[in-house]
Formats: sequence, C-alpha cells, structure tokens
Amino acid sequence: MTSAPVAGALPAAVVRDRRRAKRKAAWRRRGLVLLLMSPWLVGFTVFFAYPLVMSAYLSFTHYDLLSAPKWVGTANYRYLFEQDQQVWPAVKNTLWLMVVFVPAQVLCAFGLATMLTRARYGAGVFRTIFYLPALAPTVAATLGFVYLLNPGTGPVNVVLEHLGIPTPLWFDSPQWAKPSLVLLGLWGIGTMMIIFLAALIDVPRHLYESASLDGANAWQRMRWVTLPSISPVILFAVVIGVIDSLQYFTQAYVAAAIASGQAASEGPTSAGYPEDSTLFYPVLLYLQAFSYFNMGYASAMTMLLLVVALTVTVLILRSSRLWVFYAGARR
Amino acid sequence: MRRLTLALAVLGALLLAVFGANARGGQDARAAKEPVTISFWVPFTARELGVINSALAGFHKKYPWITVKSTGNTNPTKLTAAIRGGNAPDAVALFETDTLGAFCSSGAWLDLSSHIKSDKLNMNIFPKTIQNYTAYENKRCALPLLADAYGFYYNKAMLAKAGLKGPPKTLAQLSAYAKRLTVKNADGSIKVLGFNPLMNWYQNSPVHFGPITGATWMKDGKSNLAGDPNWAALLRWQKSLVDWFGYENLIKWQAKAGDEWTSSNAFESGKLAMNLDGEWRTAFVKADAPNISYGTAPHPVSKPSLYGSGFVIGSIMGIPKGSDHEDEAWLLLKYLSTDSKAVTGLSLGLRNVPSTLPTLRNPVLRKDPQFKVFLDIFANPKSSTQPVLKIGAQNQTLFSTFISKWQAGHVASKDLHAGLANVDKQIDAAIGQSGQVP
Repeated sequence: MTSAPVAGALPAAVVRDRRRAKRKAAWRRRGLVLLLMSPWLVGFTVFFAYPLVMSAYLSFTHYDLLSAPKWVGTANYRYLFEQDQQVWPAVKNTLWLMVVFVPAQVLCAFGLATMLTRARYGAGVFRTIFYLPALAPTVAATLGFVYLLNPGTGPVNVVLEHLGIPTPLWFDSPQWAKPSLVLLGLWGIGTMMIIFLAALIDVPRHLYESASLDGANAWQRMRWVTLPSISPVILFAVVIGVIDSLQYFTQAYVAAAIASGQAASEGPTSAGYPEDSTLFYPVLLYLQAFSYFNMGYASAMTMLLLVVALTVTVLILRSSRLWVFYAGARR
Repeated sequence: MRRLTLALAVLGALLLAVFGANARGGQDARAAKEPVTISFWVPFTARELGVINSALAGFHKKYPWITVKSTGNTNPTKLTAAIRGGNAPDAVALFETDTLGAFCSSGAWLDLSSHIKSDKLNMNIFPKTIQNYTAYENKRCALPLLADAYGFYYNKAMLAKAGLKGPPKTLAQLSAYAKRLTVKNADGSIKVLGFNPLMNWYQNSPVHFGPITGATWMKDGKSNLAGDPNWAALLRWQKSLVDWFGYENLIKWQAKAGDEWTSSNAFESGKLAMNLDGEWRTAFVKADAPNISYGTAPHPVSKPSLYGSGFVIGSIMGIPKGSDHEDEAWLLLKYLSTDSKAVTGLSLGLRNVPSTLPTLRNPVLRKDPQFKVFLDIFANPKSSTQPVLKIGAQNQTLFSTFISKWQAGHVASKDLHAGLANVDKQIDAAIGQSGQVP
C-alpha cells in the first residue's frame, strides 16, 4: 500500500534539493563569517589562546627559558602558597592598590568630568589641560613624580616646609610610597575623565528637567538621574581599573629603581623599594620570570593572577545587576 | 719479482701516506685559515665599545683570518631571546655575573673545559675569586673580561681639614671619621656626609660590604647568613652608625646626593667625604672632577687580618649554545682574557682591573697610585666574591629587603638572628625550587 501524496506537498527530491541548497548557503555564510573573523581568530589563537595554554602547562614544569621544561607536578604551586614569603606582601600591595586607587580614580575622573560639564567658559581649554597628562609616557611621568616628590630637593616638600607641614619621604618611605604612586596615577586620569565626560553629556536633559519639576535638589538629581544614567560607564571604569591594578608594573618598577638610587646598577635588588612596599604582584612575577630565569614558577603565578582577575571581574559583573542600569532595559 | 712487487707496494704506500697526509694537512690549514667573521655581543656602548673594538683589532692582527663583528649594549634578556630564537652570537660578554648559574646549568653557555684542556690553559693565572665566579658547580662556562675590585675612596682635603691623618683602617675608626667629617646645615640636615652607612644605595650593597667583616654567603650549599656571625657584626656596626646620623636624615641626604653615574655623584661633588666604590671611579673622577684631592685605600675592616682585601667581581665571556664558530670564539675569549697586551690595553682603556695575575705586575698599570690600590686588593688572597647560583641575584634581593627593614629600625635588635635565619630559609627554598642540588 502506498500513501497518496499530500495535496500541496513538494516531491521528496525537491525537498532534498532545497535542504541541500539551504545547507550549502548556511555553510557559505559560516565560511564568510569565518573569513571575516579570521584576522581576529588568528590574533586570538596566537596571542591569547596559545600563550594561555602554554602558561598553564609551564606552570607544572621547571622551566628556565634556556633548556627544555621539566615536569614537576604541583611543586610550583606548593612553593607559591607555602614557601615564597614575597608573595603575600606582593598580594597585599596589589590589593591595597585595588581598594584605594580604583575608587579614587573613578571618583576623581567623575568629579573632574562633572566640573567640566558645568564650566561656562574655557571648557575646551580645561579639558585639554586635564587630558594632557594622559599623553605623557609612563616612564617619563614616573621620573617627573620622583623628582617632584624628592624628599630632599623636591618642590612639593619645599612648599610643605614653607607652610610648616611635615614633609613625608614619599617614594623613600614604606608608608608613603604607595600613596605617591596613587598621586601619580590620579594625575594621569585624563582618558577616564573623557569617558565620564562623554557619558555625562549623554544623559538626557529632560530627565533633569522632570526631576527639577518634581522638586529634586542637586544631590537628588545626581543620585537618581546622573548616577543611574552613567552606571554602565562606572562599571566599565571599575572593571578596567581593577584589571589595571592587577597588572600594575611600570610605575612601581621605575620609581623604586630611581628612588633607591640604584637605577643603573646591576641586578634587581631595588625592586620593591622601600622595604617591599612597591613590590606588586606583577613586579614579583617579572623578577621571577626574567631576572631569576624561573619561568615555570612565574607561569604558576600567572595562572593565579588569571584566576583572581577572573573571579574579581565576575563578582563585579554579577554585582552590577544591582546597580547598573541600561537605557531600554527593564531595570 | 716478488721482492720488487713488495718494494713497489711499500713505496706506493709510503707515497700515498706522505701525499695523503700532506693533502689533509693542507686542507686542515686551509680550513683553519679560511677567512671567517664571528659575532661578539658585548654590554659596552659608546667610548667603551670603542676600547673593545681596539682590542678586537689586535685580535684580528694576531689571527688575520678571523674578523670579529661586535655588537654593543647586550644584556641577559637580549641574549636569552637570541639563544631561544636560534640567533645566538658566536661569543658574548655580560656584566651580569650572577646570571652565569642559569646560563651554565642549562647548557645555554658551552662548557669550556675541553678547550681549556686541549690548549693547556693554566687557570692559575687568574686569582681564586675569578676562578670561582666564572664556573657553576663543576662546569667552567666563562672566562673573565677584566675584573672589578672594591675599595675605599676618601677626600684628602676634607680629612686634612678635620685633622685626620690617612684613611681609617678599622670599622671603629671609620665610624669616628664619619662622624667627625659630617657637616650639618643650620636646620640640622646633613650638608656633607662623612660616610653613608645605608645599604642599597650607590655601590652600598651586602655583597660589596660582606668582605669587610669576612662574611660568607653559603655553607655546604645552604645559605649561611645567620650561621656566619660576621654578617650580624656588619649589620650591627652599620645600624649603630645609621642611628647616630638618624635614618630619616640619611634618606633626605641621599635624595639630594646626585646620580651615581654623573658628575653630580656625591663623592665627586664634595657631598660625601668617604665612600665604598669600584676601581672605575678613578676614571670618573679624572673625567668629572679632576681637581678633587682624593686617595684610595682598602676598605676599613673589622679584623686587622682582613685589611687589604675586598670584594672582587667582573664581566664574564662565554660561547652560547648555537655558536657557529666555536673554535674561533674560543680563540677570541682566550685572547681577551689572557693575552697580556690585550688585557693591559683593555684595563687602561676601560679603567678596570686586568684579569690575570701576571698583568697586575705591569708597571704601566701600576703607575697611577690610586688605581694601584685596586690591583693589590684584586690580588689579595683574602678578597672574595659572590656565589654563583642558579637563582641569579635572588639571594641578594631577599637579603637586601631584610636589610632595608633592619636599617630603617623595623627589625628589633634582638630579632636580628631570627631575621637572618628567615632570610636563609627563603634563599634555601628558592634554591630548592630552582632545582639546584645543594
């Protein structure tokens, strides 16, 4: 018994052909997408995926960069967590930077941007002036700050002395070295300030007008209009700030070398000066990898850094559901 | 007939042997004298690179078929990248002696023992210190390129003004001199410092200061900072002087002392009366402050028997793995290390100590009384050097960090031994982690 063809149904061969054509078109689309994505894919594979996989592998080896890696199992991780006494100060310093510098950076960039939106005259000039430090090369800016904050001859201490204010040792004091680096960082927040400025300018005017009509004062307008409107930018600034602080290296390394007076000397003995107060996690990682030829251990340190960075970023992104508002979204 | 055949065969064999040998000998000679260009990476730049190139011209004169192409400004990072990339130079020189452990243990620098043996190079022409810092465990991977000896510089005019005759010889005298030579400003800050006891500044580091009390780094492959009472003696003496000046006063003085490698150097500019420094400072003073009246001497020491000794170190030369012309590179290393004319020329040009004991007696080098002091320190059998470890300078970094806390007063005097023991523990752990077997 054969079933009669359903009225209006296409013959099986045609259906097959159409399916084949559809599949072909889908493959062509995928091919095109891959072709268009290939520059990124190549970059991602070569500069991210491969190094990541290699770092993970090397973290289980003893590898001195010069001879073949030797499998040591979890020895590097045990040394990291149980024996290396420099790790904890480095972690503490990095956490300090994250907790102090990131909020300070966001607050200052936001504050400056807010002031610039209100400037009636010369807004362009001020924008340029505040942005300019961001263009200074990191090493040059650090050298400049070490000079400005020189406890013996620096202009800052000269002024403080004239005003009768106690003069700190700045980069030469374990208590003041990190705050000095924060000052240096805040001096160069131009890029962050510009992003906040763009976000502030983008806040719809009618929201402020409505709030004013409802009797909202300046603080309430800030709290209920400005902050929710720019919250995605705040989230961006916090995530970028946290990642930057986890990778903080150049300024700390240069400032320690110059302040210790051993910039041109052999060896890495000035790193962390004074008293390991500027020994941030990436500085220690660099020393292990390139000064002590201990790349296997440095890879283990990198994996830990990756896990911490991922965890912190995920936590921030999770928390953002509570305080970040996107235009058009339900909350 | 049989005799004739035998005679012909013997003659033929003889002829073949003679011509064959001649042909091979000719080939060997040709191969050996075939023009070849080898690459030589050195850390020197500018004027100093010129001095090296002059020595290389001398080498070319001695070995006319070998031309050396020098490249300046190298360092361990560049060299590591080159070796890993298969682009290693034929020969290399480095300032960073403490990296030898890594280069030698990994095989990245070739073991020179076979060359030394086949050339019957007498290693005893080098002082024991040099023999120590050019080898890692039993592998000799480096030859010295000149050497540095550390001694004591003092401003004669300042000493004379303070009524002090001659340089101090003991640490107690040094403390007394340092206090007497210090001049303060009206506000109590230091104007001229007699002697800076703070470590981790200019050449003030534990590795350079250790020999003044005879302190040693290692014992039986383990760190021995707590075990050797000479370290504690050094640190207690140093701290007492720091306390006398005031740590903060010294830090403030240091901050305006001037850069070590420019003419604003504290000793050269008259802000510092006495200082520990290397022999090269004589050349700097001559160039930057020729009118300064100064003298050099062995550094004051804790025990009279140590007087005359000091810290010795130097640049190292080796043949990296992947060198295309190992034999020619060896000839170059041997020439720069042992040829007395080359060593003398380099010593005069770079104002460093020559690497061989016979060259030390060269009257040309001994003419300058200030420089001569360093030649004697170098030759002193009690002079010492740093250990060559696989962890590079990590032991020095860990110790320096502890000393920073100690001199700032953040380690109680009663905790000094425990603190040193903890540094030992960290160094031993790092050595263990590096895979170096004690």
